[in-house]
Amino acid sequence: MNAPALPPSAALRRPGRYRTFQPADLLHYAVLLLLALFCVLPIAVMFTTSFKLQSQLFSTGLNFFFVPTLENYREVLFGDNFDRYLVNSLIVGVSATAITLVLGCMAAYGLVRLRFRGRRAIGYATLLLRTVPLAVLAVPVFMIWSQAGLANSLAGLVLLYVAVNLPFTIWLLYGFIQQVPVELEEAAAIDGCGPVEVFWRVVLPLIRPGLAAAAIFTFRIAWNEFILALVLTDRATRTLPVAASLYVTDIGVDWGKVMALGSLIAIPPLIFTFLAARQIITGLTAGAVKG
Amino acid sequence: MKTPRWVPWVYVGPAALVMAAACLYPVLSALRLGFYDWSIGTPWSEARWVGLDTFTRALQEPAVWHSLWITLLFSFVCVTAEMVLGIALALALEDRPGRPLRGTAFFRTLFILPMMIAPIAVGLIWRYMFDAQFGLLNALLGVVGAAPQAWLADEHLAFAAIVIADIWQWTPFVFIMMIAALANVDGSVLEAARMDGANGWQTTFKVKLPMVMNVIVVTLLMRLIDAFRVLEVIYILTFGGPGDSTEILSLHIYKTAFVGQQLGSAAAISVLLLAVVAGLSCLALRLSNPLAEEHP
Repeated sequence: MNAPALPPSAALRRPGRYRTFQPADLLHYAVLLLLALFCVLPIAVMFTTSFKLQSQLFSTGLNFFFVPTLENYREVLFGDNFDRYLVNSLIVGVSATAITLVLGCMAAYGLVRLRFRGRRAIGYATLLLRTVPLAVLAVPVFMIWSQAGLANSLAGLVLLYVAVNLPFTIWLLYGFIQQVPVELEEAAAIDGCGPVEVFWRVVLPLIRPGLAAAAIFTFRIAWNEFILALVLTDRATRTLPVAASLYVTDIGVDWGKVMALGSLIAIPPLIFTFLAARQIITGLTAGAVKG
Repeated sequence: MKTPRWVPWVYVGPAALVMAAACLYPVLSALRLGFYDWSIGTPWSEARWVGLDTFTRALQEPAVWHSLWITLLFSFVCVTAEMVLGIALALALEDRPGRPLRGTAFFRTLFILPMMIAPIAVGLIWRYMFDAQFGLLNALLGVVGAAPQAWLADEHLAFAAIVIADIWQWTPFVFIMMIAALANVDGSVLEAARMDGANGWQTTFKVKLPMVMNVIVVTLLMRLIDAFRVLEVIYILTFGGPGDSTEILSLHIYKTAFVGQQLGSAAAISVLLLAVVAGLSCLALRLSNPLAEEHP
């Protein structure tokens, strides 16, 4: 009732209905394991490298057994304004996500439930905007933000991230709101709920998985993105990925240090993935695979 | 009771306004900028109207055509490999009707990790893996007795490197899409095919895959659109080098604007990229419109 793309997750949600193990499944597991290794090994290499000194890189290329050091993390955490960049990243990530969700919910609800002139135009424009390459945006946004005094401010970055994430959020929530029975809303309205209360008490609880997916995808972009942030920030408003990108130079890369920063940036999305894999898969398949 | 005409705009207005101001307006002004000659740092009043000059000059630029070629080649190779691998793996590992194997959910969580981590991390990881001195790939080559390669310093190997990184990151996406689609296939149809004497291959290629063809095409288009938009991973991994062997169109636009300081030319090339992506997007929308009136 409340998710457009349930199939894989719906089957997984019922424990006790797993098939009994058969010898043929061994091959199945072997392939799964190989695939998992292919996906995880490079990430593991990043984390292990972050615990190595530059001098250890040579001798321990393939080796996961070495004396780990926290030196890289110490350097990253206590040097180069890490705290400031972290706070910037958090401000940008959290506020962009919150604003995108509120505006996206309102817009998706309006598009599903109300019929008005311009509805189709807004819908199609939204879908097309989702695919605009960021490189295309970088040039004009840099110009316009500079003229409007938004360049080098966190607000300018948040505004941009909200705009680039709204299309996907609206697209995703549209499918979820569509599945909410309109009779429930009508019943609540007859019981005396105003429009806001209907949304808050009836619609919102039913679209929670969609909200979770939208929040994760928005936060992921706002937290990870660095090209637009590189163009639109300065020393004071830099985010963590921008700081990391500046560690990569032509002369050489201090691998331990940059991998430590890369690992720190990767941790929040990894945590979200483990907490909400089902919602993420729902988000990925939304729109193309109907339940 | 009739709703006043302004009510819908209370809902849709704020989002529409933000998207118009920070997405649509910049795209349109990129179009306009293409008609001007202007450098970063100079006031806009000094910009010179040059008409279609910038566009025609951009189209005569060999570097632009080279970038377009690299972009097309990159998208084609990556998306083909990802589709074939993703579909094959999904067919091999799909759920038996209604009764998944234990641990399936955990494995799927691992498969989406490459998509979720930051492009900066992906770029760093693969730059390290391909590093001539410390990289894991050369270490592996050493184990099998092959000579180490200067991956990112060789034109062809660097191109292979950006392709491998993209395949690593996005094959799981195709896999997840296909698993979801295959789970939707009506088992009784497959049963009927089997009763009529179809063998395994026939059921797969004549019944199962045609039933999920719509999802395959949409996944293909989504991957193509995203492959055309790739920028961050390649920015870190090769920055277009060596020479311009991995300079995809997005990166060429970025460099023209922020290294070469030629915003007008960058905007003109942007229009080219935008046209390709918009064409693909319209095609995708025709095939699967998530804003369709009702789900069947």
